Amino acid sequence: MSENIALTEAVYYILLSLYEPMHGYGIMQKVEQMSKERVRLAAGTLYGAISTLLEKGWIRALPGESNSRKKEYLITEKGKEAVEREVIRLRELVENGERITGGKGI
Amino acid sequence: MRLTARRLFFVWDFEKEERWLNEMASKGMNLQGVSICSYVFEEGTPGEYQYHVEWLKYRPSHPESVAYIRFLEETGVEHIGSLMNWVYFRKKRADGAFDLSSDLDARIDHFKRISWLLWVLLPCVLIFIASQIYQCLTHKGVLPALMPLIVLDILILACITMGLVKTRLTYRRLKKERLLRE
Repeated sequence: MSENIALTEAVYYILLSLYEPMHGYGIMQKVEQMSKERVRLAAGTLYGAISTLLEKGWIRALPGESNSRKKEYLITEKGKEAVEREVIRLRELVENGERITGGKGI
Repeated sequence: MRLTARRLFFVWDFEKEERWLNEMASKGMNLQGVSICSYVFEEGTPGEYQYHVEWLKYRPSHPESVAYIRFLEETGVEHIGSLMNWVYFRKKRADGAFDLSSDLDARIDHFKRISWLLWVLLPCVLIFIASQIYQCLTHKGVLPALMPLIVLDILILACITMGLVKTRLTYRRLKKERLLRE
């Protein structure tokens, strides 16, 4: 079952940051660092995205550690497939963009 | 030093309310608690906090809202009070940017929730007005006594209508923008 949808920038980066276990605040910092501070996730937006991704089964919550009440999340196989499809889609967008603009702006 | 300020904001003017709270915070008056039309400030360091106000889908005590508020708290956000479904948040400026919704969808959703609240209030007020008109028609002579109430109702009705128009306009503007960007 492949869903041919464009991910939002927030979802794309959240999924990428969850290739290693991370809690909410960690995701925000990781995304900021990966995008060189271009993408700053708002806490409410992140919360909404995490709930939806959990429902879709693209990420899962890890069983909590006893010494911390912060919940950690990790991407699932299904989530990884979605990211891989997205990379292919993005590559197509970039290739077409570069071909037509002549690669200006790189 | 503690200071209690009384101010009334219409629900659709929550952005104005946020601006006011942030202006107070930039002068060193930090919101500590809220109750109906009343804000309690405590003097602190100017510009230490940034504030946000949000209307939640469920009451703050609902498990969904509790989970949301706990999540925000984990990111360094402090929940300082609630009024019905309105919740007041703040975060230390030193702990980084504070925004509740960075995408248009979340903002659109917020306006939808607020206009839903107005749509629920509208029939209540209409039923109230209808019952007063009915009383005036059936009992001759009650009109003068009921007059202040009727005037008040009409004012409330006008406010709700204005709120619906305002939220609708913002909603449409955001929706249009959503066609172009996330």
